[in-house]
Amino acid sequence: MRTRDPAVPAVPAVPAAEIRGLTIAQPGTDRPVVDDVSLAIRPGEVLALVGESGSGKTTTALALLGHVRRGARVVAGSALVGGRDVLALPPRELRAVRGRAVSYVPQDPASSLNPALRIGTQLDQVIAAHLDAPRDERRERARTTLADVALPHDRAFLRRFPHQLSGGQQQRVAIAIAVACRPAVVAFDEPTTGLDVTTQAHVLATIRELCRTHGLAALYVSHDLAVVAQIAGTVAVLREGRIVERGPVASVLHEPEHAYVRALLDAHRSVGRPRSRGTRGPAEASPAPAPSAPEPPAPEPSGAVLAVTGLVAVHGRATVVDDVALHVRRDECLAIVGESGSGKTTLARCIAGLHRPAAGTVTLDGVPLAPLARDRSREHRGRVQYVFQNPYASLNPRRTIGDTVDRGLVLFSDEPRRRRAARTADLLARVELPAGVAERLPEELSGGERQRVAIARALAADPDVLVCDEITSALDVSVQASVLGLLDELRRERRLAVLFITHDLAVVRSVADRVLIVRHGRAIETAATEDVFTAPATEDARRLVADSPRLDRGPAVPPPSSLLAPLQPNG
Amino acid sequence: MSGRGRTLAAAARLGRVRLGLALVVLVVLVAVVGPLVAPHDPDAFVAPPSSGPASGAALGADVLGRDVLSRFLSGGRAILAMSVLATVAGVGAGAAAGIAAAIRGGWIDELVMRTADVLLAIPQVVLVLLGVAALGPQLWLIVLLVALANAPRVARVARGTALEIAQRDFVRAAEAAGESSLRIATHEVLPSAADALLVEFGLRLTVSIALVASVGFLGFGLQPPASDWGLMINENRLAITAQPWSVVLPVVAVGVLTVGVNLVTDGLSRAAAGLDRAGRA
Repeated sequence: MRTRDPAVPAVPAVPAAEIRGLTIAQPGTDRPVVDDVSLAIRPGEVLALVGESGSGKTTTALALLGHVRRGARVVAGSALVGGRDVLALPPRELRAVRGRAVSYVPQDPASSLNPALRIGTQLDQVIAAHLDAPRDERRERARTTLADVALPHDRAFLRRFPHQLSGGQQQRVAIAIAVACRPAVVAFDEPTTGLDVTTQAHVLATIRELCRTHGLAALYVSHDLAVVAQIAGTVAVLREGRIVERGPVASVLHEPEHAYVRALLDAHRSVGRPRSRGTRGPAEASPAPAPSAPEPPAPEPSGAVLAVTGLVAVHGRATVVDDVALHVRRDECLAIVGESGSGKTTLARCIAGLHRPAAGTVTLDGVPLAPLARDRSREHRGRVQYVFQNPYASLNPRRTIGDTVDRGLVLFSDEPRRRRAARTADLLARVELPAGVAERLPEELSGGERQRVAIARALAADPDVLVCDEITSALDVSVQASVLGLLDELRRERRLAVLFITHDLAVVRSVADRVLIVRHGRAIETAATEDVFTAPATEDARRLVADSPRLDRGPAVPPPSSLLAPLQPNG
Repeated sequence: MSGRGRTLAAAARLGRVRLGLALVVLVVLVAVVGPLVAPHDPDAFVAPPSSGPASGAALGADVLGRDVLSRFLSGGRAILAMSVLATVAGVGAGAAAGIAAAIRGGWIDELVMRTADVLLAIPQVVLVLLGVAALGPQLWLIVLLVALANAPRVARVARGTALEIAQRDFVRAAEAAGESSLRIATHEVLPSAADALLVEFGLRLTVSIALVASVGFLGFGLQPPASDWGLMINENRLAITAQPWSVVLPVVAVGVLTVGVNLVTDGLSRAAAGLDRAGRA
């Protein structure tokens, strides 16, 4: 095997791709989207381009393919692939370069693969477009490429359609299509963002392996510093279109020089930091009969404000939640953790009355709740509030922020009209938004601000139970930390029972008192948060902890032989 | 600025929209102000039948000897008013039915959409003529029938749009808060569907103009001796070689109106889809 360790890129070599002084402007914005960015990637090297949303990282990656978004314009600079400036190529030559010399793996494989064509056909299309070879030879190339990305490569697999594959397999197919013609450079645009941690670990291993064996130069775009720590040799941090720091991944992530990078790392660490027990002060003084000893693992509903027993939920003929029981007390945060498809969101929606369970009950202070929200009493609806995962979808785009919060007050409080405006202002101030936002529309706010609005809307109902469905997964890490901090404050201040649904163990550590791990719809472990990290009781819990990317851990890459086998927990 | 305000503002910047609006305003002005400035009573006999331009009749006389210019200036009000009324009623009813079908689903959805299928199976002109033939040439009936011909097409579009919007989390949030179906329809779904419905309104207006003009031409609209563009074309088409103006004027007016509405509609749909709007970073 030809090996060139990407962690040691000091071997002097001609860069496979180089961006020089790239500046891209967009009409209507006062500063360039990409501002004088230069970088070079050598064969076999993984260069991570890190930044928060809007930092210009995708724009930079697309420039390598000679693509500039509609409306945007290259003001200066060049993008050299194999010594040629792709930004200056005529369309015909550009088509010949794309796929052959440089290719792209998009973020969402579900929308980048053609749902109507078989995997084999889609692979063959790109191979036939660039290689003038007979059919048998092309098929052979398709098979070896699938083997490269650790997918089965028999005839049956080639005949599958994208919807017959899992998310991780779809992303591998997208990678296979990108590398089928052995390009020198591949731009990966957050290829693991939609995947759960175990699948993510495998896909990252595949990418590293490809770079190592084929001498591929990879530009890896990501917002996730922990993922970057696992995959990249060198890292460049983008902020507002400018590179603020670059260097080997170990030194940038451990001894950052730029203040912004330090802040980013701090935010990342604070999200994963265990919550200090001292902040639980008010709970001990409360009348709630909370046992002070570590939580007994068996469900013990005494003192629970919300309890779920024997809950079963189905989607069509598939059972997605299977006999789950849980409870949560006032001033307590229970995290429900599971991979994508584990049924955790359906479970949350059953509790909020958005999905009719097939069996089981949800009780609030011992009183059973109606299965659907519309059949619940106003009091019950108000006491159990739900915050959605995606703040870009959960606020009505045609309604001002003030009206959105005000509607919660109209529905759930008895405040007279003249006092509601003041209450709305109070709520917005409580979630640390400036008073001026009341007049704005959601599209004028950032993701973190929108999620705060969604929280304010829930608070308008003065709830006892707050169901938070992956509320930070759509947010940048620096924003995540502050939203989680706010949630923790609110829980203590209002003695809320919080159900925190997430796939991200790092987040769990900073917010949750207890953790419930779900897998294939079943609750497989419930334990105090620290116990899950220090002494996980089940194999599944161990695996989740092991696969979670962390900054302080080097590339936790499984050996290629174990790519398709269950992972061993390793450090 | 609200989202819709921006759609309208973006549309207003497009050349095609400006041109379209100018054409529409021109025809509307002729129809509204025309009767006030007409030189003659449109029903008065002023010159020999089918005579050419002469003093006293600037564009000549029609088959019965009435002033062509005066009849043209007086003949637009009915067709405009009827088209607009029929479109408002048809889009209103269709949107209400389509959104209700999308939100409630189940048997309401089936009932609305299968009824729409039945209506869609009948060609629009045939549907209107059937009704008029059965119940007589009443203007209100034509408005109603043209609205009915428009409604199922609008219902399809409204249902499709509303289904997509109803999937979004902010509608889920309203459900979780216990909002009524009616309020979800009017306050959550409708505002986001409005852009699509606005475009649909323009399309339906074009169709309505053509339908109302056709019905008039076929003699089921306004009855003689009233002046009406559709009727004018029919009355004078046999004498077109001797006296072209009495056919050409109403044809051009209906054509210009249709093209104008189409241009505006096209611009609106582009603006709503964000095609001509600079993308965001």
